[in-house]
Amino acid sequence: MKILVCISNVPDTTTKIKFAEGNASVDTAGIQWVINPWDELSLTRALELKDNPANGVNSVTVVHVGTAASEPTIRKALAIGADDAIRVNADSSDAFFVAAQIAEVVRKEQFDIIMCGIESSDYNGSLVGGMISEFLGIPSVSAVSDLKIENGQPLLTREIDGGKEVVSVSVPLVAIVQKGIAKEPRIAAMRGIMMARTKPVKLVEPMAVESLTQVVVFEKPAPRAACKYIDAENPAQLIDLLQNEAKVI
Amino acid sequence: MSVLVYTENWDGKFKKLSFELVSYASGVAKMAGTSVTAVSIGKVDDTELKKLGNYGASKIVAVTNEKLSTLDNQAYASVISEIALKENSGVIIISNNNAGKAIAPRLSVRLKAGVGSGVSRLPLNLNPFTVYKRTYSGNAFAHLVIKSDIKILTLAQNSFDLAETPGNSCMIENFSLTVDEAHLKTVVKDVQKQTGKILLTDADIVVSGGRGMKSPDNWSPLTELASLLGAATACSRPVSDEGWRPHDEHTGQTGKIIAPNLYIAVGISGATQHLAGISSSKYIVAINTDKDAPIFEAAQYGIVGDAMKILPKLVEAVKAKK
Ligand SMILES: Cc1cc2nc3c(=O)[nH]c(=O)nc-3n(C[C@H](O)[C@H](O)[C@H](O)COP(=O)(O)OP(=O)(O)OC[C@H]3O[C@@H](n4cnc5c(N)ncnc54)[C@H](O)[C@@H]3O)c2cc1C
Ligand SMILES: Nc1ncnc2c1ncn2[C@@H]1O[C@H](COP(=O)(O)O)[C@@H](O)[C@H]1O
Repeated sequence: MKILVCISNVPDTTTKIKFAEGNASVDTAGIQWVINPWDELSLTRALELKDNPANGVNSVTVVHVGTAASEPTIRKALAIGADDAIRVNADSSDAFFVAAQIAEVVRKEQFDIIMCGIESSDYNGSLVGGMISEFLGIPSVSAVSDLKIENGQPLLTREIDGGKEVVSVSVPLVAIVQKGIAKEPRIAAMRGIMMARTKPVKLVEPMAVESLTQVVVFEKPAPRAACKYIDAENPAQLIDLLQNEAKVI
Repeated sequence: MSVLVYTENWDGKFKKLSFELVSYASGVAKMAGTSVTAVSIGKVDDTELKKLGNYGASKIVAVTNEKLSTLDNQAYASVISEIALKENSGVIIISNNNAGKAIAPRLSVRLKAGVGSGVSRLPLNLNPFTVYKRTYSGNAFAHLVIKSDIKILTLAQNSFDLAETPGNSCMIENFSLTVDEAHLKTVVKDVQKQTGKILLTDADIVVSGGRGMKSPDNWSPLTELASLLGAATACSRPVSDEGWRPHDEHTGQTGKIIAPNLYIAVGISGATQHLAGISSSKYIVAINTDKDAPIFEAAQYGIVGDAMKILPKLVEAVKAKK
């Protein structure tokens, strides 16, 4: 069985976002780039599955659609333990475009389980995984909090409103993962970092695909009203304000 | 052209989320000078379906095929896209909840329709079609232009006010289709559902605790306050990681993203990753011993003090009001 893990390259989650070009783009100066947190966990789970020979996972490949600027993020994924990587050499500004590129990679190389995160922390799209599955005409399971392999078949737990469902789906499939998929992200050890340098990163040129969306301008969230402080000795006043001023209780 | 809205049901019933979606769809339809068609999949009786009419749906397409009882997003996307084409829909509206996140991207590829996901306001403009979209986990908002003929919008839960449209007339059309079982690929082996608990994503009020609660044994005044307020309970990530509270209560970037009317943060410092999940709340209350905690910058009401002393007093104050 071959697993493909989709990784997106995002600003570190504590980054203060600033804009450039008349607010038409995000100012990348000084940004620390990381693997999207969900993708780090999904890579961890893929490697855990490979660790146990009973699961029959032969390889874990990572794929990224992005420019040469995201090479360090790909190397990091290799250092954590991915066997090899594929980079589709293009700007990744639209989910439809990105998913079309990854679908093409899967068509050529054939993977059994394709893992995506539920959301990238920059675009907040929750789109790429589902789109890949539709491009390929294969099943997808979303909001996956556990992925196992039993008797050669994937068994997934997905979150539904107010509960969980365990579902079985035949391969190939796209698993769109969220909280629970792995406990802690696996970190690169020194040996992994050394080995990553020699692991193959295959460069693929993009297919021509028209993007369907475009950001024209960014803005900051509207500032919130300043905090009104209530005396710690008299918390009952808070209840009054919530009832009569904010009118929320 | 029409506006199509997919309204999920829960054991044959709609909930506030469904009416929010229809209210939003009506807002878009009004801007575009057109009408709203709602799609329902599963067994829902006519009285329940008619409720969608109260928020402006003028037509309801009801698909009641038994084989579609579990969410197979491939099958659902195929049904919805078929109806969208038949209804000549220019805009399709879906919730940004778990089911919506599974369906919308598939629909996008089928219809070659761009998606604006997690919107909370009406479109800024219809030509070019521009939506206001949360990005960078709430640290920035984008004006996103959708260039395709058909547009898909997924609406953030609890972000749009209900708008009733008295006197609206609404017809129900049954849509029958044959589902080829070979196409249903998701086999459900087991279901575990919590009952009797207010769902965090549905709740109007949420009381949430952080590491400042000190120990799992200190939670009773917090849960008591929540139950008096009819609120759901939540927590920060370290709290669920430590096993003090269940994982489904964890809010934030890597947990649930919610937008209640009121979020009471007790002993939570207000890290950006936590705020990413709650910053769309209409009102935030912070209770924290540290006056410099960043949560106070996000809050509209704050109490600087010890949660262990303040929570019992809040409980008393709410009881006194009843
Ligand atoms: C990639 C990534 C993703 C993350 N995702 C999330 C996420 O989704 N959600 C999340 O919550 N965190 C997330 N985090 C963790 C986040 O950075 C913070 O570490 C976390 O939110 C802190 O939790 P806390 O506020 O409960 O604890 P602390 O930061 O320890 O704060 C405890 C607060 O309690 C106050 N306090 C102490 N005693 C009392 C008392 N007696 N009464 C009142 N107040 C008191 C303190 O002043 C302090 O402000 C993420 C981190 C990373 C790196
Ligand atoms: N440029 C990209 N390259 C590879 N995978 C991506 C890219 N962008 C998004 N993804 C994957 O899609 C998931 C969801 O992203 P999004 O649809 O942008 O919220 C991410 O967690 C990644 O797994």
